[in-house]
Amino acid sequence: MKKLQKYIFPIVFLILIGLSYLFNYSVGEKVGLNFWMFFKEMILFLPLMFILIGLFDVWVPREKIEKHIGKESGWKGTGLVILLATLQAGPLYGAFPFAYILWKKGCSIRNVFIYLGAFSTIKIPMLTFEIGFLGLKFSLLRTLITLPVFILIGYLMEWYLKDKDFEVKQP
Amino acid sequence: MFLRLLPTLILMLALVSVVLYLIPEEKLTKYMGEGSGIAGWATAALFGSVALIPGFIAYPLCGILVKSGVAYSIIAVFITTLMMTGFLTLPLEAKFLGWRVSIIRNIISLVAALLIGLIMGFFL
Repeated sequence: MKKLQKYIFPIVFLILIGLSYLFNYSVGEKVGLNFWMFFKEMILFLPLMFILIGLFDVWVPREKIEKHIGKESGWKGTGLVILLATLQAGPLYGAFPFAYILWKKGCSIRNVFIYLGAFSTIKIPMLTFEIGFLGLKFSLLRTLITLPVFILIGYLMEWYLKDKDFEVKQP
Repeated sequence: MFLRLLPTLILMLALVSVVLYLIPEEKLTKYMGEGSGIAGWATAALFGSVALIPGFIAYPLCGILVKSGVAYSIIAVFITTLMMTGFLTLPLEAKFLGWRVSIIRNIISLVAALLIGLIMGFFL
């Protein structure tokens, strides 16, 4: 019964959207269009992300992660984690499962949060897109200013969580 | 993991779709446009924080806002909060990081976004 409960809202939502289309109710149609846009992105992107996570889980040994982006990794680890995040694409919610696998393999708290920060704000594949809409100066400046800010967030979170038994959970 | 997340994901996407419908571009331009001052900053931070919107929607939207006269520093706040903080996505984030840490991460990111906007305003 509890399992069913979780699906009630999505089902009601989809029925309402379906009805809006049936009766040409424009509010519902517009919301439905937005939803479809996000849903398409999720369906295209999340399975890829999970395949990547699966491969990462099997191929990359724990020792490597611990050594390169673990607790004692320093600046090189930060650089690596930023590179990893900026080369990936997709919305932030896709980064959480990947953050989990990084954490499971021994990535440090600081680098987990730096990964999330870099993933959300700086993406090499998206940079051309940003330059196209907002100009080169804005994009470069934003990237350069954002970079140290989320590294700082990583340090802050590490400092805050260091003796709090923090863990990234698997849902 | 994917299937277990699906109901939360759909709920989140549904909410984001409704919010995006409720705040059309004209309203954003009105509240963040020229001479909006502190109110413009607040609007950018508030609307930006509601949802996590991916870059391919956020950039074109911000492109339109710039053309309608919104200041670059406000755009920087808006774009950073759009991508970095999402109060609607908190339930999903909390499944991985726990509620307390997720809320803290979002609040710190919000402050960071304002800081980024301030520095951007200094340069542009």
